[in-house]
Amino acid sequence: MINCEREKVSIDREVVKKIAKLSRLKLTVDQTETTAKELSEVLVFVRKLERIDTSSVSPMTTVTPMESKERSDKISDGNYPDEILRNAPNVKEGFFSVPKVIE
Amino acid sequence: MNENISNLAISQIRNLLRKRELSSLELTKYYLNNIEQAKTLNAYSFVSEELAISQANEADKKMASAEVEDLCGIPFGIKDIFCTKGFPTQAASKILDGFIPDYESTVTENLFRSGAVMLGKTNMDEFAMGSSNETSHYGPSINPWSSELTKALVPGGSSGGSAAAVSADLCAASLGTDTGGSIRQPASFTGIVGLKPTYGRCSRYGIIAFASSLDQAGPMTKTVRDAAIVLKTISGHDPKDSTSAKINKPDFEADIGKSIKGKKIGIPHEYKTEEMPQEIQDLWDKGKNVLKSAGAELIDVSLPHTQYALPAYYVIAPAEASSNLARYDGVKYGYRAQISPGDNLIDLYEKTRSEGFGDEVKRRLLIGTFVLSTGFYDAYYIKAQQVRTLIKEDFENLYKEGIEALLTPTAPSSAFPIGKKDEMSPVEMYLNDIFTVPTNLAGLPAISLPAGLNKQGLPLGLQLIGRPWEEANILNLAHVMEDNLEFSQNPKKWWT
Repeated sequence: MINCEREKVSIDREVVKKIAKLSRLKLTVDQTETTAKELSEVLVFVRKLERIDTSSVSPMTTVTPMESKERSDKISDGNYPDEILRNAPNVKEGFFSVPKVIE
Repeated sequence: MNENISNLAISQIRNLLRKRELSSLELTKYYLNNIEQAKTLNAYSFVSEELAISQANEADKKMASAEVEDLCGIPFGIKDIFCTKGFPTQAASKILDGFIPDYESTVTENLFRSGAVMLGKTNMDEFAMGSSNETSHYGPSINPWSSELTKALVPGGSSGGSAAAVSADLCAASLGTDTGGSIRQPASFTGIVGLKPTYGRCSRYGIIAFASSLDQAGPMTKTVRDAAIVLKTISGHDPKDSTSAKINKPDFEADIGKSIKGKKIGIPHEYKTEEMPQEIQDLWDKGKNVLKSAGAELIDVSLPHTQYALPAYYVIAPAEASSNLARYDGVKYGYRAQISPGDNLIDLYEKTRSEGFGDEVKRRLLIGTFVLSTGFYDAYYIKAQQVRTLIKEDFENLYKEGIEALLTPTAPSSAFPIGKKDEMSPVEMYLNDIFTVPTNLAGLPAISLPAGLNKQGLPLGLQLIGRPWEEANILNLAHVMEDNLEFSQNPKKWWT
């Protein structure tokens, strides 16, 4: 579960490449290098949290206690595709247009 | 001309408008002219002149009727993070270039329904990620308090443009949002009042999301009373935001002026950091003395998990941001990168996001993705949420013992020079939020009010933190402090 407990905190280029891919961001070689350094520094800072024993503490789920709200399952909005599409950078025949997905 | 209408508070304008000694149109034109002359400050990213004039005319017509709402005819600057129907809204990011929302945020809808006037959209850090307004796609906003001596200073962030606009008299008041201090720190840097309400007090509907469990909208004003007046109008339950609270809304202005005799005010000793500059310490002492002289009881208290608030925040906020900002893909709205022949959909996403987001946003998206990824989720994200519980309990324990509010400095320094960010590491920049972040994690209301000037002539703020839903109490306390501290200075108008 916690597989970084004892190791030295550092994020290497490979980890940066992996999380960049998950974030859908493209980084240059230089950016990857800088990011690895900066993220390592942030993680050193964040790992201060390990000093507290939280074994009997529940993680917060809501900051202001309130009942989950329910609403009736009715359509209350919609039916204005033209207004929605007006902001799209590329529209064809009433649809969002993207590069070919399936070969 | 119009010398007599400069630097007016909403409470003063309200009276003048009702007595018909001033028209909203006259006032609106005064601010539009000020904005035109203050382009150097880069406080506004968009000026909605036509709309402002027509709203002002409407307001002037309504003035004749008996039931005029508080904010009728009052001109506002609106942070670029609020969706305003038919007007550019891009959270100071390139990735939302050209976005014109087709709907109105609930907070601005409440404002305009009461007859308020929108002068334009104000500058900010990109997606509210920053403490200096320097991560903005529109370029930095400049602090009106800058002088020959200090050179160009930041107005703070992320609501830097909103703060600069109030401070330089480019609006009567403005709206900001606060995720980790983004209303209060710029308020402190520019000598104005900034209020972050209790989480759930204002609807988040139509506010571009950064970290949804922390974001709250709030007023940035010239006086404490003005903050109460604005909060009254913008707050309230909204079915469109499931986290907005169904809770009784008091008249926040009504408590102002009540005695604070015997009120128990906590002074958390963890906020006295080793690095605290003497001027901040002196200011804090001054604030304590004012409350004491007014009859409040000061009590030394402990918030033992304070030092863990920033690390927890810099796990939770980026985690939520990485999820919220996944929607920017170059397909539905905003910026879209040029693609090359043979590029697929993933290439479109990656190119668009890499070109559309700035460095600080990318950094936080990467941190957020990392702490949520397999193998690290429990160690970072769950751990931070557990610590968040402890931080909230720290406050609850004090409130149970009868403490009604806490007094602390707002920020660890006065406004710093533009460009200093480049000499600082990201973590050093994050330390700006050291006194403001705990209240966001705990969902509490907090207000920053100007408390004095330092040796360089720069404003410094103090912060009052309240119990949940007790904004009225901290507004009353802040008003007592405001009365006694007599901060009435305005920056010299070097920009005209």
